[in-house]
Amino acid sequence: MFGRLSFDALPHDPITISVLAVTGLGGLALVGAMFYFKRWTWLWKTWLTSLDPKKIGAMYIIVAALMLLRGVADAGMIRAQQALGVGDGILTSDHFQQVFSAHGTIMIFFVAMGLVFGLFNLLVPLQIGARDVAFPFLNSVSFWLFVVGVALMNVSLVVGEFSPAGWLAYPPLSGLEYSPGVGVDYWIWSLQIAGIGSLLSGINFFVTILKMRAPGMTAMKVPIFIWSVLGSLVLIMFAFPILTATLGMLSLDRLFDTHFFTSGGGGNPMMYVNLIWAWGHPEVYILILPAFGIFSEVVPTFSGKRLFGYTSMVVAIWAIVFLSFTVWLHHFFTMGAGANVNAFFGIMTMIIGIPTGVKVFNWIFTMYKGRVRFTVPMLWFMGFVVTFTLGGVAGVLMSVPPADFQVHNSLFLVAHFHTMIIGGVVFGMFSGFNYWFPKFTGFKLNERLGRYAFWCWLWGFLLAFTPLYILGFMGATRRLDHYDASLGWQGLFIVAAVGVGIIGLGIGFQLLQLGVSIWQRAKNRDVTGDPWQGRTLEWSTASPVPEYNFAVIPQVTERDAFWVAKQAGAATARLQYQPITVPKNTSLGLFIAGFAFLFGFGVIWHIVWLAAVGFVGAVATIILRTSRDDTERVISAREVQETEALLAKKRAKI
Amino acid sequence: MKESVETALVNAQHASTSKTTLGFWIYLMTDCVLFATLFAAYVVLRDSTFGGPSARELFDMPFVLTETLLLLASSFTCGLAMLAIRQANRTQVLGWLVATFVLGATFLAMELSEFAHLVNEGNGWQRSGFLTAFFTLVGTHGLHIATGLLWMGVLGVQLARRGFTAGVVRRLTLFSLFWHFLDVVWIFIFTIVYLMGVAV
Repeated sequence: MFGRLSFDALPHDPITISVLAVTGLGGLALVGAMFYFKRWTWLWKTWLTSLDPKKIGAMYIIVAALMLLRGVADAGMIRAQQALGVGDGILTSDHFQQVFSAHGTIMIFFVAMGLVFGLFNLLVPLQIGARDVAFPFLNSVSFWLFVVGVALMNVSLVVGEFSPAGWLAYPPLSGLEYSPGVGVDYWIWSLQIAGIGSLLSGINFFVTILKMRAPGMTAMKVPIFIWSVLGSLVLIMFAFPILTATLGMLSLDRLFDTHFFTSGGGGNPMMYVNLIWAWGHPEVYILILPAFGIFSEVVPTFSGKRLFGYTSMVVAIWAIVFLSFTVWLHHFFTMGAGANVNAFFGIMTMIIGIPTGVKVFNWIFTMYKGRVRFTVPMLWFMGFVVTFTLGGVAGVLMSVPPADFQVHNSLFLVAHFHTMIIGGVVFGMFSGFNYWFPKFTGFKLNERLGRYAFWCWLWGFLLAFTPLYILGFMGATRRLDHYDASLGWQGLFIVAAVGVGIIGLGIGFQLLQLGVSIWQRAKNRDVTGDPWQGRTLEWSTASPVPEYNFAVIPQVTERDAFWVAKQAGAATARLQYQPITVPKNTSLGLFIAGFAFLFGFGVIWHIVWLAAVGFVGAVATIILRTSRDDTERVISAREVQETEALLAKKRAKI
Repeated sequence: MKESVETALVNAQHASTSKTTLGFWIYLMTDCVLFATLFAAYVVLRDSTFGGPSARELFDMPFVLTETLLLLASSFTCGLAMLAIRQANRTQVLGWLVATFVLGATFLAMELSEFAHLVNEGNGWQRSGFLTAFFTLVGTHGLHIATGLLWMGVLGVQLARRGFTAGVVRRLTLFSLFWHFLDVVWIFIFTIVYLMGVAV
């Protein structure tokens, strides 16, 4: 009846139980508060069932931010364990393995991807002068599938266990023989379901950019952020089907005793490693390209200049897109593919550094002779230039196969990719968060606390990861839960743990920044809609942006369309309002995802009937949706006019 | 009646050049990457028979050729259904859809009987890396066919109930793209798995 599920799957040790109890009480308090303040209908109608990409984008970012807190807590546990690792430390080996697997999985799939998709949702329609994405309903399905991934991942805390096999779950370790428990299945299905959501989003935004740009916005006039997103989307469309297939195969190995990746039976574990990195390396660029895009918006705005080398930026993006599929083998030079194969992938890896270098120089040249304002978004950019270059140099070092053999699987590698992901992606997202926050809320974030957060993150990051570079050279491998005191590593591990503590302080300042900014929102209010003297179309709308984005679809003649319009002083000639069609709210996306959750949970625990209910339910809901034709509603021209008049009045007040 | 169909057709044609068709095309291309991955896995594992039978010993070519011809014929009837949409002839469209459905269902039934035969002989997917990859690749295609059959059924009901609304016509167009795509994938399966499998 319940497959593998029994009461044994619930946690037994007092620490876990007390943590869960506290979380559970917090959750209950929140639910109670929602009832007390009668906010459920509001939540359901204005948020959960909304197809407005601005709402969906905000929800992505909220979920990703919550998962960031969990991922950082995991990081803290890893660092604490290793700092105390000459004794027993604080965690059992098995628990430690689950923690580092969860840390990696959460940070990449549910934090970085969540922030990236949140940003796509918020900005893509606005920057191209559109009112919506190409397929609003599909967008909601994507988001809720992402949430299902998050949910499965977190359910594993309470019911059963998480994968102990690392964030990419290499077989044969992740096969049935060596990981018979439900942990790897949780890993597979949370990624599989969220991954399908990512793929659908990829298609959706690709069509949006290709088909829905404002009239006059030809290819070489789109903001460079949009070019970066487009590159990222092309990578998603090519890479995510590989992930889907690979996870599917691993799952078949575990469910139906097939032999794709088993060590016996004619299977080939190295095929898994090849396939997962054929997805995994492009994934790195899926994350970093949007961050590059953010900097390409932030730097010109705060330098008061147009972007240096627009065309070379576009070329660099597409070079990166293409090359990112030619470097995956550098993740396992030690596999023994032979000198020629290793040399090829080594050289391609060095080459992909060139377009990245081009971009860094372009940003710096944009600042050159500009009137630079060192605001918080700009600080994150400056920090990024330092850390990202550092990590890039370490990466090029490892692209040389003989050098890589020395540091393969060591903490040097761990330090390298954290430099790229934190110093690249995360800094980029924080820069973008501070930059675009006023657009969607109508008030700016507190600058002083933002600066404190930045400096804590920067120094904390350097303190946490510089020791890992050194430890890597000293021979410390990744995923160690204890080591011998005579190795002399403990001092450096303690420094690294202190670094994570300082990052934690930075996060504290960010939460404080958010809280204080909301508290003092009247003081920080921006009624102009253009608080930074922006250059692109999103700044031409009111803040927060009305549901329909643009009352009148803008005409584009130049790059930096809004800047040009401001210079020409032609921003007022828009009085002919037309009725606007927007999608109606629907809860069906939520239901499809709900059934996907039941399906995933059923498969993980081998509860056949539950999986069947989930599957049939999801299919039936999709059919139900395709049978409906009245999915849109019209905002009348008059309503638009009234809203716009109200916004204009607000603007005039200052 | 005739006029409203014309409008719906114009709308559908308009839509066919627009977002939905492009989006669906791109979905098909991503599906293509998924199949490419499974093909790659098959090619890697083709010789990993682990002491079990190889492709040469297992495949019954006349049977597979019949399957292939059935699927090709179903693509043809699907095309005829699309042409009948232009004539705005609901009965004809439904007729060709039924023909497509029957041909597709027969194909799927034959595939399943081939699978059952292999499993009964002790050559199931557990037997070797080769059979694992074979069952997964061909089975994934079969799963797509099954999805196509379900979709066809839903569209048939929608068409019978509502006639040629813009939504129904658009979805029929997308369905025909999907069905032809599966045909193309099958041609690759027929070539790489079956023909190259039995070749010396």
